[in-house]
Amino acid sequence: MAKAKNHHLALLIACMAFTHSAMSQSRLDSIQRLPEVVVKAQSYKEVIPAQTLKGIELEALRSHSVADALRYFSGVQLKDYGGVGGIKTVNIRSMGTNHMGVYYNGIELGNAQNGQVDLGKYSLENIEAVSLYNGQKSEIFQSAREFGSAGSIYLTTRYPKFKNGENCHLRAGLKVGSFDVFNPSITFDYKVSPTVSLSFNSEWMNASGKYKFRYRRVTPSGELAYDTTAVRQNGDIDAMRLEGGLHGFIPNGKWKVYLYHYSSERGIPGAIVNNVWRRGERLWDRNSFAQGMFEYDVNSKLSTKVNAKYAFDYTRYVNNDDKLIHVDNIYKQREAYLSWANKYSIFRNWELSAAYDFQWNGLSEYMNVDRTTHWLSLATALSLGDCFKLQASGLMTYVNEEQRDRDSAPDKIKFTPGVFLSYKPFSRHNFVARAFYKQSYRMPTFNDLYYTDMGNAYLKPETATQYNLGILYDIERNHHWFKFFKIGADVYYNDIDDKIVAYPKGQQFRWTMLNLGKVEIKGIDAQIGTTFGLPYTIDLTTKLQYTYQEAIDVTNPADNYYRHQIPYIPWHSGSAIVMLDWKGWHLNYSFIYTGERYNQQENIRYNHTQPWYTSDISLMKDFKIGKVNLKATAEVNNIFSQDYDVIINYPMPKRNYRFGIVVEL
Amino acid sequence: MKKLLIFIVLGCIIGVITACREDELVVPTEYDLLPFDCNTKVNPIGLYVLNEGNMGSNKASIDFVDFKNAYYVRNMYAERNPTIIKELGDVGNDIQIYGSKIYAVINCSHKVEVMDAHTLVRIGQIDIPNCRYIKFDKGNAYVSAYVGPVAIDPDAQLGAVYRVDTASLAITGKCTVGYQPDELEIMGEYIYVANSGGYRVPKYDYTVSVVEMYGMTQVEKIPVGINLHRIRADKYGKLWVTSRGNYGSVRSKMFVLEKESRFSRKMVVTDTLDIPCSEMCIQGDSLYFYSVEWNNQEECNNITYGIIDVRTRQLISDHFITDGTEKDIEIPYGINVHPVTGDIYVTDAKNYVSSGALHCYTREGVKKWSVRTGDIPAHMVFLYK
Repeated sequence: MAKAKNHHLALLIACMAFTHSAMSQSRLDSIQRLPEVVVKAQSYKEVIPAQTLKGIELEALRSHSVADALRYFSGVQLKDYGGVGGIKTVNIRSMGTNHMGVYYNGIELGNAQNGQVDLGKYSLENIEAVSLYNGQKSEIFQSAREFGSAGSIYLTTRYPKFKNGENCHLRAGLKVGSFDVFNPSITFDYKVSPTVSLSFNSEWMNASGKYKFRYRRVTPSGELAYDTTAVRQNGDIDAMRLEGGLHGFIPNGKWKVYLYHYSSERGIPGAIVNNVWRRGERLWDRNSFAQGMFEYDVNSKLSTKVNAKYAFDYTRYVNNDDKLIHVDNIYKQREAYLSWANKYSIFRNWELSAAYDFQWNGLSEYMNVDRTTHWLSLATALSLGDCFKLQASGLMTYVNEEQRDRDSAPDKIKFTPGVFLSYKPFSRHNFVARAFYKQSYRMPTFNDLYYTDMGNAYLKPETATQYNLGILYDIERNHHWFKFFKIGADVYYNDIDDKIVAYPKGQQFRWTMLNLGKVEIKGIDAQIGTTFGLPYTIDLTTKLQYTYQEAIDVTNPADNYYRHQIPYIPWHSGSAIVMLDWKGWHLNYSFIYTGERYNQQENIRYNHTQPWYTSDISLMKDFKIGKVNLKATAEVNNIFSQDYDVIINYPMPKRNYRFGIVVEL
Repeated sequence: MKKLLIFIVLGCIIGVITACREDELVVPTEYDLLPFDCNTKVNPIGLYVLNEGNMGSNKASIDFVDFKNAYYVRNMYAERNPTIIKELGDVGNDIQIYGSKIYAVINCSHKVEVMDAHTLVRIGQIDIPNCRYIKFDKGNAYVSAYVGPVAIDPDAQLGAVYRVDTASLAITGKCTVGYQPDELEIMGEYIYVANSGGYRVPKYDYTVSVVEMYGMTQVEKIPVGINLHRIRADKYGKLWVTSRGNYGSVRSKMFVLEKESRFSRKMVVTDTLDIPCSEMCIQGDSLYFYSVEWNNQEECNNITYGIIDVRTRQLISDHFITDGTEKDIEIPYGINVHPVTGDIYVTDAKNYVSSGALHCYTREGVKKWSVRTGDIPAHMVFLYK
């Protein structure tokens, strides 16, 4: 691959790449064109580095969706309702899904209605890198809104790359496997001019979603009580995704225009309970958005960036189960977003930034509500003598709720600060100590405020405060057999105030939302990674990550569950990845572990949920026939066919397979 | 080398804490001692408590207050019936005893579970879609269900009453009634069914259906009030019916139905009591009730208790708990009165997603004891020798 000619491109990729997965760089196609020096120079750029998966690692883990990849990040807990079409949401450090910002090419994916982004919907097919930041991105040149989340996931789509003399790229892929998955995709890149390129990507996913699952119980004396295997029904999906982008460079600047459309029909498999093995809920989704970005260096000190987005989401939910209440609801959400960010370098080591964001959200059909939100951020970054870095930010959020006769919600205003520090005491060793304090919030969603009967217009934003201390040490020795080593750990304490909880209204399961909850979270995240250059040009890479979390409910001492671990947060969780590379062959073994946890607030044995752990293996081979690049993949997931539920009564698949082939022209 | 060592050590640590998955055990029964004396001569000998369990959790369960041995036995079903796949089921809605059998109506599992009343060992199940409440007469069980015949307009689904032969457990008849029927009561040859119309908000049903039980035909619909829920007969041939209201401008109320004249079979509303009621229990001439109503202004539940004299229809007391311990009850969700001692049993559903509580009070209203139950304890039935 050719060296990146453009300085901006190099920077952009360096921003995504950073220190983190330097271990795989020597083999990464997408990274190789970065001169080694650039990466090194960037190695102590970030105050708090991200966890990133990209390139070959991402490819090797490439199961179904973004959510599957996020399981390999420390501090992340995935809620997976099972199957290809099942809802998948994540939370970071036990703070709840709504505290997590998900950014697609730099702009947040929103769901004003319930605040949850179903990551199962986002395929990894066109994703180049998935990065996770605790706190916020260590870069002050960002939109105001990005300073708001407690944790952020950045999904970066593939960027068109051309070899010398090349101006057109075609990539076609096909994945087939268990659950009757049939998943073709096509990517087309075209170099319009030396500074403008076009990319187009489309994918179709069709699956019956049928899989066998098993429930088995034994008596305490060891006799078999029951053992039943059934087939998961109504988990089918038919989804189409179209994405197109235009990327361009101008002197001292760059721009990007992006279009996205996703349309799907799926069944919602539902809970498996006694006497009920099949349900009749269906969901239709249409998500479309257009977004654009323009970045320009006004002079050597001042840079400016504008982001804009318009999104339209259509959802239809139908319950066809003739035994239950018939439901046929349509929800339409609209979102308009504009952001303007500026960065000014006072000195080479001292930068200031100011950003203003505006967003309008509207929900119609089922509920007719809208709101406008304004964000204003100020941030500064300072580095001293290449051994000390500081970043401080303040974000003002103002939410203007629509006035309605029935329940006009009051406007909300919230200030949230953040301070990030890092210190590198030894110039010759890559040892960095870091710390941060950050306040963040989540606004009540439309459902929280207005949901028929349940909503409570007077909700305040829910606040999360995070304190984090950590260290990171890595060495990189490219010509030794022991090529790379990295170790890092963070301890943290979070507390959540005014947590929005559903509170019973007494009769017949009628609930309301109140700012009642209080949660205290203490945790440790640790990672370790190594790369060995073994004889016969074999590379061995290992990654290990472990999370300990104690997340307890401290709302009210009179509750049965006072100081109990909150639902679905395991004390221990972790993952391990071992990769072997040899002459275009990649063998990947990954192991994911989630420890025991409780499925309700009370930590009693009736709510106890067993640990689960799965082993997945994938084998990949790159080869060339003439001028055509080919890549073949075979995956076996859940090799030991463990029968487990991530969420109680939502059984997960047993052993399953997937095969893929990619042809590149 | 040092780093390798660290790596191995860390790996080992993780290995140690990586507790493994074990065989999933049958949900065990728990025993708690209750603070009263053992007595082998008591009758009734116990009280069954059906815990609803939150929807989708499959945690309906049956607990038992053992009056003989002074035990609270929690979660009996799974241990008594270990081979039943996915245990008792999802959302228990009613529990009654008839003859030697006990019947648990499991709403979201669409079945009535039939067990031996003394051992709780399963005898069989009756599949009834969206079943709600059960009553018995002359060897038959009558079960109300939200779902009757398949409707052309899916939003206008009428409910039904099913007749089940208690010997063979076969469905022998079915009668379409109003929208989303809840409780039912049997008086003479007629079944009276309180229709709620809860799926049709805001077009609630407002009628009591009268079903002639031999022909299983609906003979009449008596207009009463919106969103009906409970219906109970007192010993004077009156029917006490509660309306949930619309949880807003129309408040919960009680209605009294009586025969139009001494020689008529026609029941009409003869009295409307402006007393909100969520659940009641008629014991002799006393109707014990409580009500939970949400107060939007204060953002809390207004909870009231009381006793009505069924003869005079007057509120004779606005509390039956007299020692101030009613403030420990977050959300009362079930009530029953001991037919011999007059002890009052009230369940507390708390926040619906954690263990509830069963409280026992003397007939004077002084708390005797409390015990932890399953999730959403709601329905109780006494077991006799």
